[in-house]
Amino acid sequence: MTTVFGVPLAVILGQLMLGLVNGAFYALLSLGLAVIFGLMGVVNFAHGALYALGAFAALLGMKWLGLNYWVALLAAPAAVAVLGLAAERALLRHVYKLPPLYGLLLTFGLALVIEGTLFQLFGSSGDSYPVPEALRGAWNLGFMILPIYRGWVILASIVVCTGVWFVIERTRLGATLRAARENGALLQSFGVNVPLLFAATYGGGAALAALAGVLAAPVILVTPHMGSSLVIVVFAVVVIGGMGSILGAIVSGLGLGLIEGFTKVVYPEASNVIVFVIMAVVLILRPAGLFGKE
Amino acid sequence: MNRTHSALLSFMGIAALGGCGSALGAANEVVIGDIDDLSGNYADVQGQGGIEAIKMAIADFGGTVLGRKIVLLTADHQNKPDVGASKAREWADQNGLNMLIGGSNTGVSIAMAKVAGAKKVPFFAVGAGGSSLTNEDCTPYTIHYSYDTTSLANGTASTIVKAGGKTWYYITADYAFGTQLQNAASKVVEASGGKNLGAVRAPLGASDFSSFLLQAQGSGAQVLGLANAGEDFSNSLKAANEFGLTKSMKPAALLAFINNIHSLGLKSAQGLYLTTSFYWDLNDETRAFSKRFFEKMKAEPTMDHAGVYSATLTYLKAVKAAGTTDPEKVMAELHRAKINDMFAKGGYVRADGVMVHDMYVMQVKSPQESKYPWDYYKLVKQMKGEEAFGPITGLCPSARR
Repeated sequence: MTTVFGVPLAVILGQLMLGLVNGAFYALLSLGLAVIFGLMGVVNFAHGALYALGAFAALLGMKWLGLNYWVALLAAPAAVAVLGLAAERALLRHVYKLPPLYGLLLTFGLALVIEGTLFQLFGSSGDSYPVPEALRGAWNLGFMILPIYRGWVILASIVVCTGVWFVIERTRLGATLRAARENGALLQSFGVNVPLLFAATYGGGAALAALAGVLAAPVILVTPHMGSSLVIVVFAVVVIGGMGSILGAIVSGLGLGLIEGFTKVVYPEASNVIVFVIMAVVLILRPAGLFGKE
Repeated sequence: MNRTHSALLSFMGIAALGGCGSALGAANEVVIGDIDDLSGNYADVQGQGGIEAIKMAIADFGGTVLGRKIVLLTADHQNKPDVGASKAREWADQNGLNMLIGGSNTGVSIAMAKVAGAKKVPFFAVGAGGSSLTNEDCTPYTIHYSYDTTSLANGTASTIVKAGGKTWYYITADYAFGTQLQNAASKVVEASGGKNLGAVRAPLGASDFSSFLLQAQGSGAQVLGLANAGEDFSNSLKAANEFGLTKSMKPAALLAFINNIHSLGLKSAQGLYLTTSFYWDLNDETRAFSKRFFEKMKAEPTMDHAGVYSATLTYLKAVKAAGTTDPEKVMAELHRAKINDMFAKGGYVRADGVMVHDMYVMQVKSPQESKYPWDYYKLVKQMKGEEAFGPITGLCPSARR
């Protein structure tokens, strides 16, 4: 059997495939963060909590309303988006003129409130969300058995990421959004409702986090704290990609998933620090991130 | 810059805010303190339910002992050893703490045991698993009450090896508890004639276990030993099912609580072997206690919920028998008395602080076998306390005397 670094090739391919699945989650989550930072200048520490909220929305939708997975895929992000809109109007809009640290603090507080509320209501042990009927089973790829659901996660993530990138970088709506960030006052004088754009952006970013939560619900236990460790990694991904760069978030999300997967074969203990090592190196060589503008 | 500065300070303020215990001590009181994870990953193992169980025990005892009112203090240690230790110290210095109950997390419990030992406060470690609490880290005031890594390994590992699961591969949580658990299990596997093929150390709180499982599968071992707990345990077992690993390997939980099985569901957890010191559906006594607990918490009690209830009663009985709260005399009484209640039959505290009692090796039922809500376990073997907890190792200096 062919080997790389003394590890059979099939094992490496298997791990890279799994890395790609994780990368799909990173990309989706960091995309939401990059949208919120790029278009609003807010460092959204509540992202992990919104991700958990999305998973809980899907779970409760199933338990209380009998909504299936496919409905939840749309309904849960929509519900979280509404909450995001409300949070932006009620709280976040007051800190735009202050240094970025205030937005970070506010969203950090928001995360504590959301996670604390979920904990009070549902406890810490969590609940399981079943894999939808149509996506059960597994494919034999020759070098590994890939559960169909994991393949679906990669596909869904790539479609959504490409879609969001296209909307923001290639459409008139995206241009307007970017203009609002560049010079909101000028844009407003043209008759565009800038505050609404900001609210919609935060709602959209929240919806992306929630979508990742719904996608994750069938593969990991749904708990109030499910996003709190993930969000730190995702922040590193965004920094590596370049704060606010949409393309950077997507590419570095997928890429870091792959690198992390590779680390899990070679030296598993380091798998939770490798992302931060890369972040440090990138920050030294390219302080604006791989895709960031100086 | 000033603004940034104050914002940073308030950020640190938020991070430092946490459980603020409340109470004032008085000479005419017997003060019981409970320090546990009340808001984190392990909060459902003991947490609020543990507080409720202690309150039940106090009420069942009559609310007073030696004519003194029994008072309960509670605090959240947030899984931080320094928080747990400083709270214990504060209560001992200012609130006249008479008995301390330790919740989940071995690291925090070791820190609290040191404080309790120095302050001469009887310390009941219930939620923590690390058997170092009665070995390297023992004190004359520690009682390890519900279970430890030794008894878990003796129960689960030896049963599986005897049932034909000879070769083992471990997924180990990469911190003190995980390593202690893996080491304990490895020793038992070898002593019973099995073989350890390897282990992968997964970072605590990893969000994805599939790559570690793939490595376990590659080892060709018959048994997948899960030397982790809580969410890590649930997520690794969930992924093992998803990747079809449970068809070729037999999963073994080296520590699982009934709330973990409840949240995983029987479909994922069926067939799993585990060891526990308590199961709600064992006999009429356990069912009676659990029914009362269920009415309050809407969940069946874990072995730690039953453990804190029993520990509280045991302490209060010892105080009554000794006729004083003097720690030396109460400890002497605790080492002398037999413990008989819904949790333990003929249990006793031996010289190193281990409360020796029977342990139960269980197998999780399949969805078809489960007839009513929370009907999750079938009894594989009832282990005698001496067999489960093994001999005194001699690592604890106060036990050598």
